[in-house]
Amino acid sequence: MALIQGRFIDNIGRVYAIYTGGFLAFILLMAILEQLGVGADTIGILFVAFTIAIYALIGWLSRTMEVDAYYVAGRQVPAVYNGMATAADWMSGASFVALAGGVYFGGYGYMAFIVGWTGGYVLVNSLMAPYLRKFGCYTVPDFIGTRYGGNIARLCAVIVLVVASFTYVTAQINATGTIAARALHIPFSWGVWFGLLGILLCSMLGGMRAVTWTQVAQYIVLIIAYLVPVIWMSNAQGLGLIPHFTYGEAASAMAELEAQYGLNPPTEAIAGLSVLTTPHTGPVGDYAEWKFITLALCMMCGTASLPHILMRYFTTPTVRSARKSVAWSLLFIFLLYFTAPALATLTKLQLLDPSLPTAIIGKPFEEVASLAWIQNWASVGFLAIADQNGDGILQLNEFFMRPDIVVLATPEIAGLPYVISGLVAAGGMAAAMSTADGLLLAIANALSHDLYYKMIDPKADTAIRLIVARILLVGIGALGALIASLQLTGILGAVAWAFCFACSGLFFPLALGVWWKRANRPGAIAGMAAGFIAGTLYLYYVYTGGTPWFGLDHLRFGIVGMAVSLVSMVVVTLLTPAPDEEIQRMVEETRVPTGPSILSDKH
Amino acid sequence: MSTNNADDVRDRYWAKTRNLTIVVLALWVLFALVVPAMVSTLDQFTFLGFPFGYYMIAQGSLLAFVIIIWVQNWRQDAIDDEFGFGED
Repeated sequence: MALIQGRFIDNIGRVYAIYTGGFLAFILLMAILEQLGVGADTIGILFVAFTIAIYALIGWLSRTMEVDAYYVAGRQVPAVYNGMATAADWMSGASFVALAGGVYFGGYGYMAFIVGWTGGYVLVNSLMAPYLRKFGCYTVPDFIGTRYGGNIARLCAVIVLVVASFTYVTAQINATGTIAARALHIPFSWGVWFGLLGILLCSMLGGMRAVTWTQVAQYIVLIIAYLVPVIWMSNAQGLGLIPHFTYGEAASAMAELEAQYGLNPPTEAIAGLSVLTTPHTGPVGDYAEWKFITLALCMMCGTASLPHILMRYFTTPTVRSARKSVAWSLLFIFLLYFTAPALATLTKLQLLDPSLPTAIIGKPFEEVASLAWIQNWASVGFLAIADQNGDGILQLNEFFMRPDIVVLATPEIAGLPYVISGLVAAGGMAAAMSTADGLLLAIANALSHDLYYKMIDPKADTAIRLIVARILLVGIGALGALIASLQLTGILGAVAWAFCFACSGLFFPLALGVWWKRANRPGAIAGMAAGFIAGTLYLYYVYTGGTPWFGLDHLRFGIVGMAVSLVSMVVVTLLTPAPDEEIQRMVEETRVPTGPSILSDKH
Repeated sequence: MSTNNADDVRDRYWAKTRNLTIVVLALWVLFALVVPAMVSTLDQFTFLGFPFGYYMIAQGSLLAFVIIIWVQNWRQDAIDDEFGFGED
């Protein structure tokens, strides 16, 4: 295996070039099959099954029994590939499936997610990644436990990590289940378990090493799947090959279309489905700017505290390459996020603009009701049309849709061939699986390394540690699938909560651990515990019907958590003695890129 | 003496690194927080056919973040090399 690994690292560019070529050839083959009359269902099944089989193969080829390969991919992932893996790790089912739909229905206010999920990387790069890489830890609690010392600090970090990541992972398993159910025509509850099986195949045998190389493959699939429909629509609408710089007039013209059709609430609402009532380009309502900034801030600080992202930067060979890979990550992430508003705009135009043949608003009701894609999505309850004013014309407030399906339905809305729908389903699957992999691994590693090895049985030998890690991985995955199959939360709400949990508990203890030498153990424990508890209590308060303070609703409870965390950490630190000479020395070492890492290679 | 020298180099290295980080964070505040706060004002201008505020949120700030990180890394590498902490 070692031989193949060495050869693989040397040939990595060629391997992924062949893979990308193979995937494009596969798309072409599917397009030919479609022309030959193969059914849409078969093409959907082939897309999802083929891509999952490839990921599973990569996972199996990357199996390992070595500790540092399992936890940090042997610290030899080149910056560009780590950037791709991070981008896949980062862009979840929520980004791929739900984001553009959110912008479609929520308009401007929703774009706080886009700013938040990119701007956070400036914080990762300046405050966290290079220093945590220098530290040489396996997990995020490993840093907290060593920097501040003591099992209580480590345990607090483990608890915050598990709560935040677990909230996040159930949403991802939910997304894999939804896509698998639709593409493979199986019940949702089976789809969830099928999705989990795919996720575990990628991560169980090879840990971080396997997850890294499958995530690179998943990034390639998801970015192709996201860009192709947008470019296609752009050409159909006469906006050129790259719509990003040319859809400005269209975005501005949206206001006229909105005025023409009227942004009115429906006469009779349909549960679970939305009607377009928010203007496309500008802020609306009380506190609009404040709400935008607070949501973006929660997402940015959450980005810089989410362990499944931070631990990706432990896999690079050096501090400099860790920084470089943050830059690549953001570039790869940027490609999708700056496309999302374009996708939302172009899809909306396809439906609204009377000069396009695909427009349905303002058309005779009977004509729209007979369209195949309307019938397909309506039959599963994700879409509805109702002539509520009885004029025989479909009005804007008579077209109901679930925001989550905008991206998945876009190819059909725009009248693209079915092969594109299959591609988008495979892309959504890749996005959800890659994030679920990273999250499950972050949880299982924290429990096996920090809780089991560092706190319960420090003498455990390598084989036992890695077996414990794998058992935890399967157990947590199963628990996540079980909760996902109950469908307690929507995809997007759960994701926002995960960010708020993470930034409430971890942002200041991590950042100040590097940037404030004086920060000590009692302060860090106070910061983690008080921030996390305050955030959780506030969430409970607003979620059970309390009046939000200053418009801070349940998506933004991280603001309350972070404020409490910062104040309690600073106050408690200043009231207690400064950390000893050894710890201060350690912080100084952390700030310098060269020299041996703080924690030894095989700790 | 030699340890004092080493400490001195580290202090100056850290001061430069810290200043760079402060500049980066100030730019981050500008694009992540100030721009969304002023979006209505910016929307009065037009850029590439977009209302300018909308453009900044949909693309401009994102692009700014990408550029900030690449420039920061370029400057940080120069600082590392200047004090002999470069790795390659």
